[in-house]
Amino acid sequence: MWNDLAHWLGPAEWAAVRLSIRVSFWATLASLPLGILTAYALARWEFPGKQVLNGVVHLPLILPPVVTGYLLLLVLGRRGYVGQVLDQWFGIVLSFRWTGAALAAAVMAFPLMVRAIRLSVEAVDTKLEAAAGTLGASRPWVFVTVTLPLILPGILAGTILAFAKAMGEFGATITFVSNIPGQTQTIPSAIYAFLQVPGGQEAATRLVIVSVTIAMAALVLSEVLARRITRRVAGS
Amino acid sequence: MSLHLHLRHRIGEFALDVDVTAPPGLTVLFGPSGSGKTTLVNAVAGLLRPDEGRIAAGDWVLMDSATRLWLPPHRRRLGYVFQEGRLFPHLSVRQNLLYGRWFAPRTARGESLSRVIEMLGIGPLLDRRPGALSGGEKQRVAIGRALLAAPRLILADEPLAALDEARKAEILPYFERLRDEVAVPILYVSHSSAEVARLATSVIALRNGRVVAMGTPAQVLGDSAAMGARGVASVLRARVVAHHPDGLSELDTVAGRLWLPRLPQPPGTPLRLRIGASEVILSRARPTGLSALNILPGQVLDLHDGEGPGVLVTLSLGDGSFAERLAARITRRSAEAMGLAPGQTCHAIIKSVALAPLDIGAGVPDLG
Repeated sequence: MWNDLAHWLGPAEWAAVRLSIRVSFWATLASLPLGILTAYALARWEFPGKQVLNGVVHLPLILPPVVTGYLLLLVLGRRGYVGQVLDQWFGIVLSFRWTGAALAAAVMAFPLMVRAIRLSVEAVDTKLEAAAGTLGASRPWVFVTVTLPLILPGILAGTILAFAKAMGEFGATITFVSNIPGQTQTIPSAIYAFLQVPGGQEAATRLVIVSVTIAMAALVLSEVLARRITRRVAGS
Repeated sequence: MSLHLHLRHRIGEFALDVDVTAPPGLTVLFGPSGSGKTTLVNAVAGLLRPDEGRIAAGDWVLMDSATRLWLPPHRRRLGYVFQEGRLFPHLSVRQNLLYGRWFAPRTARGESLSRVIEMLGIGPLLDRRPGALSGGEKQRVAIGRALLAAPRLILADEPLAALDEARKAEILPYFERLRDEVAVPILYVSHSSAEVARLATSVIALRNGRVVAMGTPAQVLGDSAAMGARGVASVLRARVVAHHPDGLSELDTVAGRLWLPRLPQPPGTPLRLRIGASEVILSRARPTGLSALNILPGQVLDLHDGEGPGVLVTLSLGDGSFAERLAARITRRSAEAMGLAPGQTCHAIIKSVALAPLDIGAGVPDLG
């Protein structure tokens, strides 16, 4: 199937599809632990600067993506405040690399992931966690054995949403890592590029079909999994 | 092991100020809602941090504000049975039961799974999820879960309050077995005097955050200061003698025979009966030609003025060290017309149907 797909698409298109999947996969996976922690902190903890954290997390949802991309460039670009240090001390460069595309996608998808997980954390009955405590479970164990299983549907929903958002991210990505075929050209950037040249519509259309298919598959998969988990948690 | 509770805690207008020691056995924290029972039991569990005080089970200190000692809940080795069960919905009944054992120290000697399953009759439920259980079944599993955590102390916060009468009657015997067969002290919160009469080995009565009475169920239930004049009841010990074909069961008490609607317990079973003071009628002479079957002779101990036109008369039934008390609430007018005074002989009349099934429980073997 992959071979047929690769044949049907041109080499540049195929590279964009593979890159998009890779970028979205790593963006989602790497931000998941931080997403769960942030969602839990916002739902449960009271600490100074909570509203600031809440604002920063949600900022990419409201800002024009180009602004987010430019901010990333300012901070994490090769000459950026943090980027300089990463480059000189650790030899890590994010700008104009696929890892930078993954970072941009992760930042843009993060608010969606956190919102979904936070809702599910708020829905957990804290009395169940207290009961687990009286039975001898320490806080970390309560989290692993009670909270985490109960918020699994929310984590799943957040993950799928984040993945879909990462697949479609355009503005921040193209600003931060540009549009280098094979390097940073994801599906949206590729569609944009094809539309700039005469006769590129056909390739663009093929990529649109791939986009729609992946999005639909992700939605159906999340529905099926969510229903299965909910049934297990509700118990019958 | 006795449980020492000394604490002060403020929540807005409400102030809890308690200093009592609960003896070993099943102690009922008794009082109307808002009296501080749950606050107290949550402080023992570590779910609430009192402003100041000391809580110790035997010589094992759970908290002491003087030395800034405070054990978190998971290190207190408790079994807490909550009002709403609080079973983990994502785990099977078996996994729920074994949850606490997993965290208990390997050296802890708890009950075995097979014994708990047998004792609570939950064998057929093991592979189900809590969502598929009835209220009574959930509560039985919750008791088993608490028991299997190998606790040093069992806490129960109104574990029957969310159940209907039939389910209450289903669960109460399990707490009786817990009291009689498991050597772990139990602190049991309740606002029901029927549960006090059936379960308690001792009672701490709370009102507005303070202890108003403490003692045996008979002492506290007979105390009008703790119960209010309308709530006073007596606890009589009895033993099943025989079941008769006309649908009545014959019981033996210190003052004679009682006949009650057929009971399920076999002859020889010791029982505790809770008899509300308002259900008792008094007569100077032994009445004849009366529909009531249960007439117990006794002596008037004292008379107390109660609320409104009522008088609380306490009788002594039987004699010597086996004597028991029976309270009757009658009007002042009848007390005067009968010329009741301490020392007089009197007959107490109790209707057979005055005792609800929840008022009749298994007696504590060593008392029975």
